[in-house]
Amino acid sequence: MFAINPFAALSATIPPALMQAYILAMIVLVAAGTLLDIVHKGSARYFFDHWRRSKGKARGELGGGEMASIAVQTAVVDVLSSGEFCSARRRVAHLLTMYGFLIYVVSTVVMVFNYSTASIWPHLWWIGGLMVCAGGYWFWFFIRADVVAEGNSPWRVMRADLFVLSLLASVTLGLIWALLQVNGGGGAMVFFGLYILATTVLFGSVPWSKFAHMFFKPAAAFEKRVSNANGTRANLPAPADKPAQFGSARTAPRHY
Amino acid sequence: MPTFVYMTRCDGCGHCVDICPSDIMHLDKTYRRAYNIEPNMCWECYSCVKACPQNAIDARGYADFAPLGHSVRALREEAKGTISWRLKFRDGREKNFVSPIRTTPWGSIKGPADYPAPPPQDLASQQLAHEPDSLNIVGGLPTLAAGRLKRKVA
Repeated sequence: MFAINPFAALSATIPPALMQAYILAMIVLVAAGTLLDIVHKGSARYFFDHWRRSKGKARGELGGGEMASIAVQTAVVDVLSSGEFCSARRRVAHLLTMYGFLIYVVSTVVMVFNYSTASIWPHLWWIGGLMVCAGGYWFWFFIRADVVAEGNSPWRVMRADLFVLSLLASVTLGLIWALLQVNGGGGAMVFFGLYILATTVLFGSVPWSKFAHMFFKPAAAFEKRVSNANGTRANLPAPADKPAQFGSARTAPRHY
Repeated sequence: MPTFVYMTRCDGCGHCVDICPSDIMHLDKTYRRAYNIEPNMCWECYSCVKACPQNAIDARGYADFAPLGHSVRALREEAKGTISWRLKFRDGREKNFVSPIRTTPWGSIKGPADYPAPPPQDLASQQLAHEPDSLNIVGGLPTLAAGRLKRKVA
């Protein structure tokens, strides 16, 4: 079951060209939505204004090698391994969701554009989808700060949930549809319709959801590392260099 | 000096929501980032500023005494037991301080649960917990003796 391309079975009902056109439309929606988001919120202007101010206050000029090193650190630590998270649970949930989503999206594109592909891609599609579900539902029910810290019900929905909810709905409905499609169960087309609806909401709601964080968060992480390296540190003090004189055996904070 | 949050630095972990004694740090409904819902009610205790693991919270000075260009930021380092402060003045001067998070060893202060339960009759007493021992009045209450008072002391 996990080795079968569910989109190949669907091609008997829906023309492959239509499915491929839908994927291209989603890519266009994400690109246009991200640009609209940047222009509407002025985030790019804010970033470059902040960058110029920070550069003007710098205590030393950073060379090309240092900048390259900071870029690599940002990519490896902050982006690829979600190093900015202070909580291990949040970091693991984010990594599961992020890599699951990437594997899921890439394998979807490969399977739609090439039905006779190797069976590794359907396997990856299932693995990616299950990773998104594991990380996403874990976050939704047990990690969300407004549930854990503010004590709200996990069923309380707000606009900030648009991204994670539409992502979970899209992946969950996609997996259910594939299960029914491959096994010939009834209701496959109903779930396919819901899957397409949730996917369209996910990629079409970029200007209103936090989808664009995958673009601006790495930029903010890079700027933070540069400001630490050039001495401005966003006006923060440097780390204490004489901890011994305050000698105080540390215990874990009581409130966590 | 009410607090505000740099949205690009905040990761929505909720530490500030938990620690705010005024319960005014909440999570934004659009981006799930922390924000101060009522700066007028901020105690300026700096609890959230120190607790934030991303150093995403800053304090905005009032316009009458802290004009544009100033900055007061704190860095709490739990592993070192230190809080560092960096004060920037409008004229460019800068002052840096480092303080211990606390001056007594961790665990040296006994909590209420570490003391034996008081006998039931103490509930009817006018004395508070640990009284009279904590009042240091062995030998009687302090009084002002007339002979020890001086008039017209410069």
